[in-house]
This record gives sequence, structure tokens and C-alpha cells, in this order.
Amino acid sequence: MTLRLVPAYALFAVGSVVMLAPFLWMVSTSLKANADVFVYPPIWIPDPPQWGNYVYVLELLPFGRYLLNTTFVATTVTVLEVLTSSLAGFAFARVDFPGRDRLFLIYLATLMVPGQVTIIPNFLVVSWLGWNNTYLALIIPAAFSAFGTFLLRQFFLSIPAELEQAARIDGCGYFGIYRHIILPLSGPALATLTIFVFMVQWNSFLWPLIVTNSEQLRTLTVGLSYFRDEYASQFNYLMAGTVMNVVPILIVYVALQRYFVRGIALTGLTGR
Amino acid sequence: MGSPHPLAPSPARGRGGGLISGDTPGPGRVSLRPLRLTLRRQATLAGYLFLLPNIVGFLVFSSIPVLVTLGISTLDWDMIRTPTFVGIGNYAVLLTQDAVFRQVLGNTAFYVVGTVPAGIVLSLLLALAMNAQLRGITFFRAIFFVPVITSAVAVAMVWRWLYNRDFGLINLALHAVGLPAIPWLSSSAWAMPAIILMAIWKRVGYDMVIYLAGLQAIPPQLYEAAQIDGAGRWRRFWHITLPLLTPTTFFISVISIIGSFQVFDLAFILTSGGPGNATNTMVMYVYNQAFQFFHMGYAAAVAWVLFLIILAITLVQWRIQRRWVHYE
Repeated sequence: MTLRLVPAYALFAVGSVVMLAPFLWMVSTSLKANADVFVYPPIWIPDPPQWGNYVYVLELLPFGRYLLNTTFVATTVTVLEVLTSSLAGFAFARVDFPGRDRLFLIYLATLMVPGQVTIIPNFLVVSWLGWNNTYLALIIPAAFSAFGTFLLRQFFLSIPAELEQAARIDGCGYFGIYRHIILPLSGPALATLTIFVFMVQWNSFLWPLIVTNSEQLRTLTVGLSYFRDEYASQFNYLMAGTVMNVVPILIVYVALQRYFVRGIALTGLTGR
Repeated sequence: MGSPHPLAPSPARGRGGGLISGDTPGPGRVSLRPLRLTLRRQATLAGYLFLLPNIVGFLVFSSIPVLVTLGISTLDWDMIRTPTFVGIGNYAVLLTQDAVFRQVLGNTAFYVVGTVPAGIVLSLLLALAMNAQLRGITFFRAIFFVPVITSAVAVAMVWRWLYNRDFGLINLALHAVGLPAIPWLSSSAWAMPAIILMAIWKRVGYDMVIYLAGLQAIPPQLYEAAQIDGAGRWRRFWHITLPLLTPTTFFISVISIIGSFQVFDLAFILTSGGPGNATNTMVMYVYNQAFQFFHMGYAAAVAWVLFLIILAITLVQWRIQRRWVHYE
């Protein structure tokens, strides 16, 4: 390493501290005894670490239940969205049928509508169907965004048509082409959409806040927001709860980091 | 969408052309007409079948509700009594009599102006630094992305503690360099800047990654040619990098303005709109009107105004892009 690179690394190091310090502070606080939270100068490494804070929080709140709810909802939404979007994206990209372009225009137009505009009717539909305080309310309205269809359609268009023609001559129908040609060639796009939808769902807050009253159905984010109201300044417990919210998605991120970053770049580029 | 895509599938597409008829000119066309008809019908059936699972949910929960919201916004309705039609009454009250709405609108605009330009400049600078081919660079990039994947709720929980007046890390850091403590969340002057600062911190890694993709798409030959012509670093940045990044900058400014107008989670957890209404935002106002006070029609009108504002700004951006965005 040449001396010239020292300023660059120093800059990155400072930047990384700014990005990570809040998280380290969160973990540190979550392990502090009540008496060590409000002290000056601040303690970074609690001695001894109060692992009991986590036990205490888990007794106060059914965090396990929240975690289960969030995992179940996020996974189901992701599967539904990726599956139905890939089917619809295939129709828009690869099948010529009357009304196709007009329907796609509706998808495109909806892409620009902020989600909050649809909340009130969605709440009414969900209430009318009697879905309030059920998993259906959390899952179904979230699972059919225009975004997934748009993203996959754009990707499917880039797959050369010759492959499809060859399969057609071999007697492959539309479903065969979808299943045996388009899907296997779309790994990166499907992975991107999967992770993107999962992340958005994992972190989703406003919709679950609106449609769940019962504690049994609360997701991690909603549970955390109620926890905030009840334990306003007991920061060690609040941070323990927050850690439990952050860690699972962080593990997914570390494991699949490549796809996260590429996914953002890809979704960014489709907008150009 | 109206015009055919260059990459769109060729079989069974366009003026009766396609696999079969295209390959067999002359009399063969006539004899194959019934088969072509079947193919077309087959395509129609397949198209709608593939679309069906998605489009039902899409129509019910994504596209039709946009119009339903417009309908509801003409009602006076608390979800208990029968709704009464008030025409543009809700909008009239909203725009002429509602002082809170005016404040909410101002707060949201302040948030957008505070986050978007600063976020763009900062993420561009970061991307330029991070574009270097250095050992361990992917590790640093990954670190900047951690706040992006973390939920806004969790981020705001942590920052509530960071902003604590007496023992928060930020005021302790200010104290360490001899600056006075700032009443971040309890002062109506500081609460919105506090949200803006946190929002930029959370988002900067996202924009940085998009900028990195843009930077990596610039052909290196351009820099080589410029270097041969004697262009220095600054000139290369000014005449190559910046112009070729304008599509990326345009994209980021469009999506971050749209996203910033919808701020809810961060502000809701950090300040709940307070103190007073100092950090109340448009989406929070929709939420409170609809789901705390059950003023459904009024809330729908607020939501629709938000939509119109976003739409208008996006259209204006679209119109003026050709003055500053370079497309290859």
C-alpha cells in the first residue's frame, strides 16, 4: 500500500464510523444495567454485559411471536409477488394478446402512485372482507405491486427470442417456454426481486400498523413502536428490542450482500 | 409501450407475420390461415391466464383504489353514519381553512428540500470516492448500505436515543468539542433538522450504489482520450463524469423527491409529529385523519392532494430534463 492511499482509507474509516457508531451504540446500550444508561462519560463496553435485558424484554413482549409474524408475512408476500409477477411479466414480454399494451400502461401508471393513496380503499376492502386482524390483511394487499411485474417484464424482454423459437419448433407451449427457458435464464432478476420484496416487507410499518389491533398479529416494527410508547426512556430495554428487529435482516444481508447491492443497482438502472 | 419493442418476441407478432407464414410465402399462406387463427386464440388465452393471478390483486389493491380514493374524497364520512356527498368541500376546507394542513405541507416541503439536494451531493461524492479500485473497497461499500436495509422504525428508535438531550451520543460529541447541547427533539426549530439528518444518513448508501452503477457504465476510453488531450482531473470530472451521470442524477432526484414526500415511519417513531405539529407530515396527517379521527373523506382528500403534488413535480422534472440530462 502506497502512502498516497492513506487519505482515502482515512476517509473511508471515518465514514464507516459514522455509519456504524449508531448500531454499536444500540448494542452497547442494550447490554447496560439501568444505572449505566444515563452516565457521563458514556460507557461503550458494559461490564458485565446484562444479557438479562433481552430475557426481560422477551418476557415483557412476545417478540418471538412478532418475529414469527414478520417472517411468515414477509416470506408469503415474497413468494406470491415473485410468482405472480413472473407470470404477468412473461405475458407482457412474451405473449401477444389483444389489450396487452393498454393493460401494461395501467401497470406503468400505477407505478408512480404513492402507496398512501391506496391505503384508505384497501382498508375498507379488507374490513368489508372481514380480514381485519388476520394474516390475509397483512399479506394479500401487499403482494401484487406493479413494480415486480414491471421489473421482470423488462428483464424477460432482454432474453433473445431465438431460444424461444427453437423451443416452439420442438413443440413447447407457452407454459413450457416460461418454465424451461425464461425462468432458468432469469436467476439474477428473480433473486433481485425476491430480496427487494422481502426487505421491503420485513421493514413495512404503516400498513401493518393500520390493519392489526391484536397483539397476536403484530409484526416486529409495529410491536417495536408500541414498545416505544410504553417504555419511553428505558433505553437499554428499547435498544434490546431494536437489536432483535435489526439482527435477522442483517444476517440475510450479510449472507446475500451481493444480490442486495446488485438489486439496487438494477432497479436503479431500469428507471433510466 | 405503444411502439413495438426491439426485443419483443417475434413469433405470432405484428402484421400476420410470424414463424409459419413468414417461412412459407405464396400459396402456402392460404392453406395455413386456420392454423394461424388457432395460434392467435391460443396466445390470447395464454396471455390472460398468465396475467390472471397478478392482475386481480393488482386491480383490487393497487390501481382501482386510486380512483376510489378520489371518490371518497368527495364524501363526509366517519365510517359509522351514512356518507354524505360534499363535492369539493373537503378540498375547499383543506386549502383555505385548515391551518394544520398548511403547516403539514410546509413541514413536508422543508423535509424534501432538506434531504434531496444534500443527499444527492453527498452520495455523488461518496460514490466518486468509493469507485476507486482499492483493496477492501467492497467492505466499505457494504457498511454504507447497512442503514438502507435496516427498517426505518429501528433506525428512528436508535436515533431517538442518539438525540437524547442529556445523554445522547450526539450531544455528548458536541460537548466533547466544546459546543452547547442542542434540544434536538424537544424544540420545534430543531426537530425537523433532526429528522432530515437521520434520513440522509439512512438513505445515502442507496443513492451511492445507484451512482456507482452509473459511474461504472461510463466507457473508460473517454477518460483515456481526454487524458491524451491534456485534460486534468477537474476538467475530466466536469466534462465527462458529471454530464454522463446526468441520467443517474435525474433518476435519483425523481425517486428521492417521490420518496421524501411520503415520509412517515422515520418521523412517526422519532417525534410522532411533535413538538406541537412541528414535524407532522402529509402522510402522518392522512394516517391521523383516517385512522385516529375517522375523517375518511377528509383523509382521502389529503392523500389525493399529496398524489397531485408528486405527480405535478414529477411531470415538471420530466419536462425540463431535456435541458440538462444527456442521453447517449
